[in-house]
Amino acid sequence: MQMIIANRLIDGRVVFLDDSGGWVNEIADGSLLVSQQDAAEQLNAAQRAVEENEVVDPYLIDVAADGGRRRPVLVRERIRAFGPSVGLVPQGLGGN
Amino acid sequence: MYRYDEFDHKLVAERARQFRRQVKRRLSGELTEDQFKPLRLMNGLYMQLHAYMLRVNVPYGSLSSRQLRKFAHIARTYDRDFGHFTTRQNIQFNWIKLEEVPDILEELAEVEVTAIQSSGNCVRNITSDHYAGRARDELADPRVYCELLRQYTILNPEFSYLPRKFKIALTGSPRDRAAVALHDIGLRMHRNEAGEIGFEVLVGGGQGRTPFIAHTIREWLAPEHLLSYVESILRVYNMYGRRDNMHKARIKIIVNQMGIDRYRELVEADWEQIRDSVLKVPQAEVDRINAYFAPPEYECLADIPDELNDVRARIPEFDQWMAANVAEHRIPGYSIVNLSLKAPGMPPGDMTADTMDAVADLADRYSLDEIRVNHRQNLSFVDVRQRDLFTLWKELKLHDLATPNIQSVSDIICCPGLDYCNLANSRSIPVAQDLSRHFVDVDHLALVGDFTINISGCMNACGHHHVGNVGILGVNKRGKEFFQLTLGGSSDENAALGDRLGRALPQDEVPAAVETIVDTYLAMRLDGERFLDTYRRVGIEPFKQAVYSPVQTRAVA
Amino acid sequence: MALVKNNAMIDDPFVDVTGQETIPADGPVIVDLHQWQSHREQLTQRTDPVGVRLRSDQPPELIAGDLESLALVALEFPVFRDGRAYSYARLLRGQYRFDGEIRAVGDVLLEQLHFMERTGFDAFELQSDDPLGDLQVASADFDVWYQPAADGRLSAMQLRHQSD
Repeated sequence: MQMIIANRLIDGRVVFLDDSGGWVNEIADGSLLVSQQDAAEQLNAAQRAVEENEVVDPYLIDVAADGGRRRPVLVRERIRAFGPSVGLVPQGLGGN
Repeated sequence: MYRYDEFDHKLVAERARQFRRQVKRRLSGELTEDQFKPLRLMNGLYMQLHAYMLRVNVPYGSLSSRQLRKFAHIARTYDRDFGHFTTRQNIQFNWIKLEEVPDILEELAEVEVTAIQSSGNCVRNITSDHYAGRARDELADPRVYCELLRQYTILNPEFSYLPRKFKIALTGSPRDRAAVALHDIGLRMHRNEAGEIGFEVLVGGGQGRTPFIAHTIREWLAPEHLLSYVESILRVYNMYGRRDNMHKARIKIIVNQMGIDRYRELVEADWEQIRDSVLKVPQAEVDRINAYFAPPEYECLADIPDELNDVRARIPEFDQWMAANVAEHRIPGYSIVNLSLKAPGMPPGDMTADTMDAVADLADRYSLDEIRVNHRQNLSFVDVRQRDLFTLWKELKLHDLATPNIQSVSDIICCPGLDYCNLANSRSIPVAQDLSRHFVDVDHLALVGDFTINISGCMNACGHHHVGNVGILGVNKRGKEFFQLTLGGSSDENAALGDRLGRALPQDEVPAAVETIVDTYLAMRLDGERFLDTYRRVGIEPFKQAVYSPVQTRAVA
Repeated sequence: MALVKNNAMIDDPFVDVTGQETIPADGPVIVDLHQWQSHREQLTQRTDPVGVRLRSDQPPELIAGDLESLALVALEFPVFRDGRAYSYARLLRGQYRFDGEIRAVGDVLLEQLHFMERTGFDAFELQSDDPLGDLQVASADFDVWYQPAADGRLSAMQLRHQSD
């Protein structure tokens, strides 16, 4: 399965293309693309959103369903979808 | 510290206004992303994995408490409550909105801070020794020349579309704390027999995928010629630097392709034409700027070794901190205090908004309102009265800024890596966290002594892995993260690039490998030898044997 | 192509014949470096002005000896990010003391105009629907400059010490 990921132009946030052609913040709300044809069509739609200055740099990512939760296959895309794998405040060491 | 006059204020305000227009034109579609990208980069704005990242300059590492409070405010108001200090005296904010950047730039301008040319194919933030003006070993204060260069390079119409980025660093000490030999231009101040100061000019150093130590292009340059000589170096680079391949576009490539002698000929020929032009720095301007760097009104104090030794004898933890984090000041009764941003498990260089405010308050109370940012991603207070050291230490401990590990195994340089960066292919921060949690025994850190570890999440080398005593480079093999170790690198006055140890290791084997390297060094070192000295004496073989010996090797994918 | 010079739209008196087989017998022309080098003698005999257009990999050194015969040098920006022509313009105005027209051609856009003007360009073939408006917007951005360039504007440093 695949999804289309991009950054929204105005605030840079990571977004996913949804079924209605809009862009959503949560991976769970994005459109899952099963066929090659769907993927190609949606990529065209994403390209139009680039021309309309809505998003930048859209591309397809591979996604697996992991216990009902969508999970990008590559580490890089997981980090994009869910945020950095490290927090500022170290775990178990307190801090402010 | 330098303070803006009417000209500086006006220019920075005009620049912020210009970027407001550029953002507006981008959002309306008048500018394409391709056209906008260099414009936003020249205002410090990247697109990273999660959002826009804004990189803000701390010119030559000098920061007032007021400016640091503004960073805290930016982090709280426009970002997620923290910032990241980089290796080039910059701070980065990770979740910035494009539409808010013009406001942020205006807020920064209020405290005389900019993001101008913190990125892009232009001359970047001018960096220097974070002990400038305070170090006991300093020959001359480089800051006046840093400021001259800062102004000369900002919005320079000829050099805003160079083949690639361009970094300049200066040092006024024989002990190089600014890594000048790893810069596109490095400037080392010397004194001649008449007591005059001059610059040794180095050119063509750099890290990245093709690292080079800089060559000396000129042994002696009188300070009045600084701007014209830099102009000639930049002009030759702008005209002849490669533009066909971005990986070969840095000045180091062209200098090494044509040879330093040919490069020098071209520069000197151009310079002959302009050396006596209006670029000649008038003494009045040097004096004007120098007035801002006049020494503060120090109290007439004496060094107090006996009192300090008394406390150190009673409180080992204070003793360890004094030994590791406190440096000599040129004025009796004062010390330089390094604040470690490398507490065990901390992402190197990260700081919360609350801690920024706390540090600003401490700077006001203990260090004449000034903070320095250094290339090892730590901060320094450069004017601390020795009689305040113990109190300051207790305060710093409360904020987890007193880990006694400066320049030791756990004082790790680390780029943001794949957790933030669009270029990275592996996560560098977790490796730094593993190592800093592994090396927590402070007595052991002290025993090991000077030992730098630098980690980069990709071959672009933002984590300076080439010049770490131990360098760690993240590589991605078939979707898995591995880490390649190098030994013997150094960024000081005897700069050297590290040698590859052997095949890359999986993340969970890195701490043990580093421990083996440390132990091997301890077993072989002669009296007073730093790791680097031992390494240079014995070579890489003993370390290779120890790390990859069959007994210890586990199967690697 | 819209040409802006001296803050006004003008009709370009020159005909750009670069890359063409034959050069018209009279009238102001702009030729490329190859044409100039091949026909230098004939071209210098003309009464009508002649200009040379340089690509971004052709430094003005190549025509340094000919500048007295030229009314115009056109410097090409193949893409706006290629900044070599800024140095070429500075060399033309500075080291070579060229006082004819220096024309920016190619990917010439609003956001780079100010730098072009500062380095010695005085005519612009702008990729724009409103070239004059663009020029006005670009010139209004700054009135403080940190370094001397080819436009004679005083730098902040010079202004600070004018009375010294």
